[in-house]
Amino acid sequence: MSVEIEVKNVTKIFGKQISKAKKMASQEASKEEILAKTGATVGVDQASFKINRGELFVIMGLSGSGKSTMLRMINQLIPVTSGQILVEGKDLTKLGKKELIEFRREKMSMVFQNFALLPHYTILDNVAFGLELQGIEKNERLKKAKKALKIVGLSGYGTQYPSQLSGGMQQRVGLARALASNTQILLMDEAFSALDPLNRKEMQDELLKIQSDLNKTIVFISHDLNEALKLGDHIMIMRNGMVVQTGTPEEILTNPANDYVEKFIEEVDRTRVLTASNVMINPATVNIEKSGPRTALREMQANNTSSIYVVDNQRHFIGWADASDVSNLIRKGSKDLKSVLMRNVPVAHPDTPLNELLSEVSTTQIPLAVLDEDSHLKGIIVRGAVLAALAGDEVE
Amino acid sequence: MTLTIAASLEKWINSFVDWLSQFTGVFNAISDGISSIANVFQWIFDLLPAWLFIVLVLGTTYFSKRHEKKYGLLTFELLGLLYIWVIGYWRDMTQTLTLVLTSCLIVYIIGIPLGIWMAKSNAVQLIVRPILDFMQTMPAFVYLIPAVAFFGIGTVPGAIASIIFAMPPTVRMTNLGIRQVPTDLVEAADSYGANGWQKLIKVQLPLARSTIMAGVSQSLMLALSMVVIASMIGTLGLGTQVYFAVGRNNAGAGFTAGLAIVILAIIIDRMSNTLQKKK
Ligand SMILES: Nc1ncnc2c1ncn2[C@@H]1O[C@H](COP(=O)(O)OP(=O)(O)OP(=O)(O)O)[C@@H](O)[C@H]1O
Ligand SMILES: [Mg+2]
Repeated sequence: MSVEIEVKNVTKIFGKQISKAKKMASQEASKEEILAKTGATVGVDQASFKINRGELFVIMGLSGSGKSTMLRMINQLIPVTSGQILVEGKDLTKLGKKELIEFRREKMSMVFQNFALLPHYTILDNVAFGLELQGIEKNERLKKAKKALKIVGLSGYGTQYPSQLSGGMQQRVGLARALASNTQILLMDEAFSALDPLNRKEMQDELLKIQSDLNKTIVFISHDLNEALKLGDHIMIMRNGMVVQTGTPEEILTNPANDYVEKFIEEVDRTRVLTASNVMINPATVNIEKSGPRTALREMQANNTSSIYVVDNQRHFIGWADASDVSNLIRKGSKDLKSVLMRNVPVAHPDTPLNELLSEVSTTQIPLAVLDEDSHLKGIIVRGAVLAALAGDEVE
Repeated sequence: MTLTIAASLEKWINSFVDWLSQFTGVFNAISDGISSIANVFQWIFDLLPAWLFIVLVLGTTYFSKRHEKKYGLLTFELLGLLYIWVIGYWRDMTQTLTLVLTSCLIVYIIGIPLGIWMAKSNAVQLIVRPILDFMQTMPAFVYLIPAVAFFGIGTVPGAIASIIFAMPPTVRMTNLGIRQVPTDLVEAADSYGANGWQKLIKVQLPLARSTIMAGVSQSLMLALSMVVIASMIGTLGLGTQVYFAVGRNNAGAGFTAGLAIVILAIIIDRMSNTLQKKK
């Protein structure tokens, strides 16, 4: 994986007496102290992190923690006080005015919380706005804009004006505008916060799809841990302008860096309410007392899985078998499934709370077997299901 | 003490005015510029028969306000303009109109760019704002004195005084309108790589348009309110008739001419409003 964006020791201070405030910040003075002594506000305090190409990187934190400031320094809407912003190895803080404009046109697009569509432009012209600024000829830019509008499912609305569309639709237009410019990087500042829950979930799914289809590098600000867990390949938590922790969703949930992160996570009460039985699914199984490797393989093919759970007549859990082992077995002409069974798979009880499952799920490649007191196989839990449940997706 | 201060301020300003008078070349150029603009307007109005003028005014109103109730206004315009024509003030009315349009044209040419500059730079705003306050609060009569000193009497000094008096709303409202454009729209333009000119033309001016137009029509009204004062330094027009009537203590004549000014003001105001509302 190549690094797309690297932020190196970036500080932003608003107001006067900047050099004094900066010195205090580097000596670990708190944001309040600095404000009291100098009147300057620390927006971002010595932040460093890396974002890989093609990942969805979520920045989280309470109001005023510096998320928007950080994001706006990535495209230099806000100049840094000190530090470096490297995008594809180029330091943005050193670019001249012209180069910066060029860079913004080619490399980055932004999606705004309140959509920021031009009220005097039609939807299609709004989507084509980035291309218009690049000086692309009208027919061509409208063609590209139509394509982008189609991706977000609003093909028929090109001739309308923003005020004629609902919030959810306007945000799709905002996303289409970003896609039309065809930049590698998308910057999204609480892009879904203004949407109602239903629209929001739809947009989240849409974004995940777009990211996997188009392999964009997305920096996404969110207030909402559930959203962050659902979307983020990595999550960065900020507090008072400082980076508190950066990691995968699992790392942050299972291994919070400090009390602050822990408190932040506690908001996800669902981990206490939801249990294994809420997220388990029916596995492909084979009865060892009746069937051999061929049935097992057919069952796996029928269920489109690459492994199978082996049970006895009473559906007691016996073990787990992998498709490649089973087909080896068939090739050797053996009929004995037992020889390839793995008996030592991670297990859980139906009533185990989800938060206790998290570390287990994140460290193993094999789905968890959910067994009751008498070792009956009740279901299995795949890794994605736990995170999805924590992120607030429907659970039946 | 106070007397000395007043006396020295007076002396200082007088010597400043004296000092300025060495730039006669510059003043002559300005004067020529203004009077040629005024001449063009007056030439058009003199060419235009009164009936055609009335038809044009009614037509503009009719077509630009298509979907609104407008018959009241149309009736008013018709009767009002007929009144001015019948009482024999038609030429005075066009002279007044020439003064107003000439002053406003110059106000817009200077005021809108100045307002834009002010919106883009806090330093400029800091300097220009008190000057505007001063221009607006200083009694309009005072402008007549230097205007006469540099430009003699007639239409040009009247226009100069009107320009100074009518300038502030256009500058202010242009500044305000551009500063009021929502930040996220400006950010959107910046983040997609707009240069300063693109941002101004595609985002800021269109969104500031209605505020700027409000300033534009305020300036128009202020310029019109200068006509009586300007007549004191020999600018011809309806104001002249009012000024004469006052001199002769003739309330009836004063009222007749005053009414013509009111009619003109209402028509100008309504017409500039329709320009504002046009989508
Ligand atoms: N233009 C500015 N001038 C002065 N201070 C600013 C400016 N912009 C932001 N700040 C300050 O910087 C700090 C970080 O603000 P920022 O907007 O980045 O927070 P945020 O994490 O995005 O908050 P929110 O969740 O409310 O959007 C705050 O203390 C804020 O007051
Ligand atoms: Mg913010």
